[in-house]
Amino acid sequence: MGITFNFGEFAASRTICGDTLREMGERNKNIYVLTADLMRTCSVKGCKEAFPERFINVGIAEQNMFGMAAGLALEGNTPFITTMATFASMRACEQLRTDICYQNLKVRIIANNAGLTSTGGSTHNAMEDIGVLRSMANMTIIVPGDPNIVKDILRATEDIPGPVYLRLARGKGEPVVYHPDEVDYKVGKAIETRRGQDATIIACGVMVAQAVDAANLLGKEGIFVRVLDMHTIKPIDEDAIIQAAKETGIILTLEDHYTIGGLGSAIAEVIADNNLNCKFKRMGIPQVFPGFGDGPELYDYYGFGLEGTVDTLRGML
Amino acid sequence: MMNQQEIMGLKEMAYQMRMNLMTLCGTFEGSVHIGGDLSMTDIMIALYHYGLHVDPKDIKMPSRDRFILSKGHGAAGMYIAMALRGFFDFDEILNTYGQLNSKYGMHPCKVYLPGVETSSGSLGHGLPIGCGMAYAAKVNEQEHRTVVLVGDGESQEGSNWEAALAAHQFKLGNLVVFIDRNRLQLDDFTENQMSMEPYADKWSAFGWNVINVEDGNDMTQLVAAIDQLPPTSSDVPTAVICNTVKGKGISFMENNPDWHAGSVSQEDMNRGMAELTNVWNQERGG
Repeated sequence: MGITFNFGEFAASRTICGDTLREMGERNKNIYVLTADLMRTCSVKGCKEAFPERFINVGIAEQNMFGMAAGLALEGNTPFITTMATFASMRACEQLRTDICYQNLKVRIIANNAGLTSTGGSTHNAMEDIGVLRSMANMTIIVPGDPNIVKDILRATEDIPGPVYLRLARGKGEPVVYHPDEVDYKVGKAIETRRGQDATIIACGVMVAQAVDAANLLGKEGIFVRVLDMHTIKPIDEDAIIQAAKETGIILTLEDHYTIGGLGSAIAEVIADNNLNCKFKRMGIPQVFPGFGDGPELYDYYGFGLEGTVDTLRGML
Repeated sequence: MMNQQEIMGLKEMAYQMRMNLMTLCGTFEGSVHIGGDLSMTDIMIALYHYGLHVDPKDIKMPSRDRFILSKGHGAAGMYIAMALRGFFDFDEILNTYGQLNSKYGMHPCKVYLPGVETSSGSLGHGLPIGCGMAYAAKVNEQEHRTVVLVGDGESQEGSNWEAALAAHQFKLGNLVVFIDRNRLQLDDFTENQMSMEPYADKWSAFGWNVINVEDGNDMTQLVAAIDQLPPTSSDVPTAVICNTVKGKGISFMENNPDWHAGSVSQEDMNRGMAELTNVWNQERGG
């Protein structure tokens, strides 16, 4: 049955992130933590307490935050920016691209409230961020499928010389997928969360848990679905995609992001570039600005909740 | 402090920089941002030959002052000022500017030219980056200064004012902004386009120490302004507003919105250089 346990448990990636940053910052004097009046939201108060000089709260001013991060990195430091995904990807988009990516600076952007998880409506729904950032040269994009992995990810990215975007879901109440310490996390290497040869769901972020649930339901019908946790969107694990296409012949992508520009688009590119012959569909947010409600409610409403996923996959068999 | 003879030396350097700029502008077939290059010439010379603690032989010297050209379209001016200080070779700039694989492009790129502190060119980016650098220097108890050259039109970008708030809040007394207040931007005079006055009051209201240089093309006044800068251990950032003339030194370019950027004919290049030389000869003779 593969390597996974889905406990039906939840954890808060923000807290894990804040605790890990505190620990890293205490150990490494080159680490700075920045936020734009979202210290509480991003759970980084511990960093302020532990190393107040290297904790910078710029007020509500994201452009300056990204510019300052570039300046800090040019001086040999590793700044971690913590904010919401909408602001990280759009409010300071040009600073991210021109100040940070252009110079390939060691800046980490930790963005929460991604996709439809914010409950704040479309001002706060980051539905475009992967699409926007994926086209930026030098950028690494990671969307963890399990909040507990964030600690491993932060450590695994320490040696990456350029910018890293870490896309968290709401930052709290995120489904746990893996048994602790079970996953050997490597940037750029998809995790085969569930084995299967009849079809493949490639998912990222909170959708990994939903993909596992869908696979389990179909498993009861004797349909064995592979689930790939494509936590690294860029650089994407081409080998895992090619293997899935060849071995299962069916690929369904699942993400809490517009179907344009995100994980599904990235995988479609790999399929097209490699002349792979497989059935292929993308599931995610359609071209709308969703209204209010929490993530799971909206996923169902827009047809990419658990039921929609199972039905869609069944239709592809 | 500088004596008269030393100031004359700077003036000669500024004359040389303008001659080099005109040579480049008359040689390169594409566009050079000549108007703003000429307005900031004296500031750049005052900085690179007096104000900044830098060493062309050791570009990564930890104690060096950091200089950021936020008005990145003034790249040619920066390259030439730095070349005159020994960082680069002017002939290489002249022969390769703007060409494929050149280190010297229209906007400075740190990837190709490590001698500059940061890439720049998109306006309103330099001051936030400077804040980050100055902040790091404070945390590390370093004594160098971070100097950012901002265009007056550029200061219409809101990101500057985010950074201005932050520099005050974080007590970045080691941060200095020089403003090339030439009162012209690409389309029009700044006061027609988007009025900046009362300009000094804006910086003061943001909590900055303001030094007004009545004539930002006068070397004596620029040197005096540099002498007035507070020590880097101070708590208040400083804005030095330099009232300059766009196209300074070339009669057909001065205060003329048509000369934001462009190239000049051989004839105009020679005419301009003759003007510069006449003025310099009078200065030297008088």
